[in-house]
Amino acid sequence: MSKIDEYIPAAGRSAIEELKIIAARLKGKTILNVNSTAVGGGVAEILNRMLPMMTELGIKPRWELIKGGEDFYAVTKKFHNALHGTRQELTPADFQLYRDTLKVNLETLNLDADIALIHDPQPAGLIDKKPAGAKWVWRCHIDLSNRQADVWDFLHGYVSRYDAAVISAPSFSQALPIKQFQVPPSIDPLADKNKELAAEEIAEIMGRLNIPVDKPLITQVSRFDRLKDPLGVIEAFKKIQPYVTARLLLVGGSADDDPEGSQVLAEVRAAAEGDPDIIVLCLPPTSNIEINAIQRASAIILQKSLKEGFGLTVSEALWKGKPVIAGAVGGIPLQITHKYSGILTRTIDGTAYWMKRLLHEPAYAKKLGENGREHVRENFLLTRHLRDYLLLALYLESGKQDFIHL
Amino acid sequence: MGTTALESFKFCTRLTLTEVTGRKASNIGELLEGIKAADDAVIYHHTHRFIKQSHHLVPEGANDFAYWVTNTVQADRLGEELTSIDIVRYNSLADIRNAFVKMLERHIEENPGPMRTVAPGREFHFMRAIRFSLPTECSAKDYASFIECLKNVSVSSLYLHVFEARLRPPYGVDDFSHWFKTNFNDEKVEQELSRLDPYSYTLESLRQRIIRIIERRLTEARNV
Repeated sequence: MSKIDEYIPAAGRSAIEELKIIAARLKGKTILNVNSTAVGGGVAEILNRMLPMMTELGIKPRWELIKGGEDFYAVTKKFHNALHGTRQELTPADFQLYRDTLKVNLETLNLDADIALIHDPQPAGLIDKKPAGAKWVWRCHIDLSNRQADVWDFLHGYVSRYDAAVISAPSFSQALPIKQFQVPPSIDPLADKNKELAAEEIAEIMGRLNIPVDKPLITQVSRFDRLKDPLGVIEAFKKIQPYVTARLLLVGGSADDDPEGSQVLAEVRAAAEGDPDIIVLCLPPTSNIEINAIQRASAIILQKSLKEGFGLTVSEALWKGKPVIAGAVGGIPLQITHKYSGILTRTIDGTAYWMKRLLHEPAYAKKLGENGREHVRENFLLTRHLRDYLLLALYLESGKQDFIHL
Repeated sequence: MGTTALESFKFCTRLTLTEVTGRKASNIGELLEGIKAADDAVIYHHTHRFIKQSHHLVPEGANDFAYWVTNTVQADRLGEELTSIDIVRYNSLADIRNAFVKMLERHIEENPGPMRTVAPGREFHFMRAIRFSLPTECSAKDYASFIECLKNVSVSSLYLHVFEARLRPPYGVDDFSHWFKTNFNDEKVEQELSRLDPYSYTLESLRQRIIRIIERRLTEARNV
């Protein structure tokens, strides 16, 4: 079976057929992606899976990486943080280093393609060498809603020369002289983190991790980070403990290389101490199947974020058909329609109330999970993500009409 | 009722790409101004696309405007009124826009006090739908092959032929009814299909309902 047809059980036969019809109109076209890393990070993860699908569909994908020294990446890291809303000090030398590094890349990279997707700020300056007739899209994966003015003003000079920009959520949009499109990120239903698992496999993994399953599990999977509010989760759980039989499971990384994370983890452990129904578990970053099994073994999944980018972990949980209670921040409200495909909360008390309610109303909780899974199937799978990119390519190729007959 | 169609029914499907306009509304007044300034692609996005995207949900809050007014502005009465605007009753997107404008203007006239402004981050974002229509491989020439196609086409295709079809000539008529009427002179199927209401079913249950209607007619024809 071809790789793309393996997505039929998850995405549906018609979704795959639609992809084939759209791709036929782009047959032989070269689509170039440029970003800063081939491994690690969400963009590389998506490209590694999406590009083979493009090839199968008859499109010629290419992938180039921008190159720079440590000092360049230190500057672009500052750009990234500043665009996310964390105040950074940028000097004229920092901006000059960016220009100089891009100049070197412009001389070495092969930018020949019909359509180019340029991901995030690092390669944005490549627009200086856009080939005539090519269509270039700046693909921004960052929440720009609290961006720092000087960094955005600098990038604006580049971005405004693209044919279009793509953002993940409408609230991320900025004033630009070019058209902006919303293409949310996606999850891969065939990846270890999301693929179907047999009941025996889940039981084996839960046993191996020493997680008891004799009581319903309420789980939050996330870094030990204050913005994910793990202490708030424990407080909410303690409020409902007199009324429910359940166990709370907080799963995150070891936080060895992150001083703030280590501090938060220590506070979480202290808050959980002495309570046999609160489990704090640190797993290595490669534990994708383990996370998958834990989510599938859970009764309720939490994502009680106080601030979030898109918060794609919510879609990962919904894909397992689980009721999700999540903070109404960032891209989470795009993934959850309150009381239909999950629960949105803003307070510890609200989180506690809904945990108790969903434990006491399993039929309603089940319905939320089912609706959530269907919402993800329609809107947040990799196949939809690819479809949006192809539709955008067609839109740009066919003269930017509002109505296109294929 | 003939057995083979004069003209095959070729199933198509509708896909959309979402453009972000950058325009936002923080209160009912700004929502009204935004709708007044909206082109067809904006109105389509917040009405027709909304139904399609949320088709698996209980059909409450039948358009983005109503959903935002009810859940974010929490103007329950106005939200209920906006929900009640039956978008498939209108023959053009301009008519749909006018219906929303009229209702919002009346609300503002009747409630002249200060308007509730929503918190930053909870604004209404005006978006546009770039529409693509695609052929599918499904084509029907009789009742049986029509049912077979219906079982296999996407909900986007179903939506396009049942509801969006009413926005183009012959106005107000869905593609399925039109085909059964013009090819088989089947007024019974035409009547039953034209009564279907997107607010009463999810698109999946609508698919089952249409299949049942046509299967019943097929059985009747065989028994004649």
